[in-house]
Amino acid sequence: MTSDLHKLTIVEAQARLSRRELTARELTRACLDRIAAVDSRVNAFLTVSEDAALAQADAADARINAGGAPALCGIPLGIKDIFCTRGLRTTCASRILENFIPTFDATVIERLREAGTVFLGKTNMDEFAMGSSTENSAFGPTRNPFDLERVPGGSSGGSGAAVAADECIAALGTDTGGSIRLPAAFCGIVGIKPTYSRVSRYGVIAYASSLDQVGPFTKSVRDAAIMMQALAGIDPRDATSSARPVPDYLRALTGEVKNLRIGVPREYFVEGMQPEVERAIRGALASYRELGAETVEISLPHTEYAIAAYYLIATAEASANLARYDGMRYGLRVEADDHIGLYNRSRDAGFGAEVKRRIMLGTFALSAGYYDAYYLKAQKVRTLIRRDFERAFERCDLIATPTTPATAFRIGERTADPLQMYLSDIFTISVNLAGLPGLAMPCGYDDRGMPVGLQLIGPPFGEETILRAGEAFERAFTPRRPAL
Amino acid sequence: MSQKRISREQVLHVAELARIELSEAEQQQLETDLSNILGYIEKLNQLDTEAVEPTFQVGDPGTPWRDDVVTNHPEPEAMLLNAPAREGRLFKVPKIIE
Repeated sequence: MTSDLHKLTIVEAQARLSRRELTARELTRACLDRIAAVDSRVNAFLTVSEDAALAQADAADARINAGGAPALCGIPLGIKDIFCTRGLRTTCASRILENFIPTFDATVIERLREAGTVFLGKTNMDEFAMGSSTENSAFGPTRNPFDLERVPGGSSGGSGAAVAADECIAALGTDTGGSIRLPAAFCGIVGIKPTYSRVSRYGVIAYASSLDQVGPFTKSVRDAAIMMQALAGIDPRDATSSARPVPDYLRALTGEVKNLRIGVPREYFVEGMQPEVERAIRGALASYRELGAETVEISLPHTEYAIAAYYLIATAEASANLARYDGMRYGLRVEADDHIGLYNRSRDAGFGAEVKRRIMLGTFALSAGYYDAYYLKAQKVRTLIRRDFERAFERCDLIATPTTPATAFRIGERTADPLQMYLSDIFTISVNLAGLPGLAMPCGYDDRGMPVGLQLIGPPFGEETILRAGEAFERAFTPRRPAL
Repeated sequence: MSQKRISREQVLHVAELARIELSEAEQQQLETDLSNILGYIEKLNQLDTEAVEPTFQVGDPGTPWRDDVVTNHPEPEAMLLNAPAREGRLFKVPKIIE
């Protein structure tokens, strides 16, 4: 007998668990069965940890029965394979870490483990988080549950697809240039990139340290607020994590958007955009006006420079962060006569093409003679991009944009030209450069039934505003599920 | 065919800095790819940033401090768990000092 338990949201699961209508074991079993049924087609999971998950579920049931269990106790999650999980293989979708077993948990993993959540397994991604489609995984691409010939987006494509396909109730991802928001948009679910420094990066395999952020994928905005509550907060082991108090995110979900000023940047409605995307976004804006919000045209004039700036800053930081993969203490080693040869060969064998490309670009940008013209220049442009947003937020409370110019493309469609792939991030990337919070949620579907994602951008630490606005929209919009 | 923005020599030099051995085919592809990407990146030169300060960090400014006390415990087996080669309690690596 097939149950539909895997289709539950966090809110629904919490209610049934607390009323003892459902056990965590049953819920976990349902997700594991769903994974067994569909994941050979979706390829969202790199590692499924069935026994450990069921053990966590049993422990969660004991806590729920004893009373006073935390909010996420017993909820089964997918975890992007970028988070160190003690004793559980963590690959970053790279051959260089193919057999790497972390000996510690990332802070967010530790906190979720202590809160009694269940980890179903590790999800697929672009190698070292470098990509927009999950096609750069060393272990094969993940497929979009709405159309298996199309990409789920990246780099957190495995987590996005897993939630969309109901293989898990929610999932964790990371976002450096759009890697949560883009898969959320392509897979028709909710994803949040919090304000930089809101969530600890300790134990998250680093790509670009001034841009990386951890965030949730969920089936609803309300669920995202619940996840944010569990993830946010200072961590002494992440020196960049913020000491600002964490608000009550659920309290913010009042459904009230009267007089909310929504900025609409003219630079985000570009020629060449897919018409159905524009239509769906304009439709969402009209819905907001019906709910009493006000839309205000704004300008973010340096938008067109964001990708260029990002691909210097992120790659420069990545070239430093990936220098540790040298075959000496962990990871793939290819033997050589001397240690330099060992580095050269191990890294050549272990890194995929996109990773090599970005390390090379970043190394070049930082090298003597080029640092000022490239890296430093990009960081100055970053200041201009930040200022655009600061000025905009004088006139509006949040900003609404498409998440991507088009819906999910076909697998293999953009792999020939790296630049073409980079341009997928055009609407998400500025948000990382400015360190702002961004939420992506479904707001419509194109003529093929592929999801269109609305992006809501808040001022620094403005998660409450974008959650409130997102949840208000959600009350009037029912997202579709894939037919998988 | 757009202007070459990086030479083969530069590619080899960068590969040496990055400690990645590249095949002939990879060198060629990277010459093309990096040239194209650098060409795109040139648009940043349209902007006058003379009087603009760089942004290196976007979080709250300042460095948090703590007392200099050891808070973890020695776990040599855990440290060595992923060692490609080991000898006793040591990572085994090629000779580094001549």
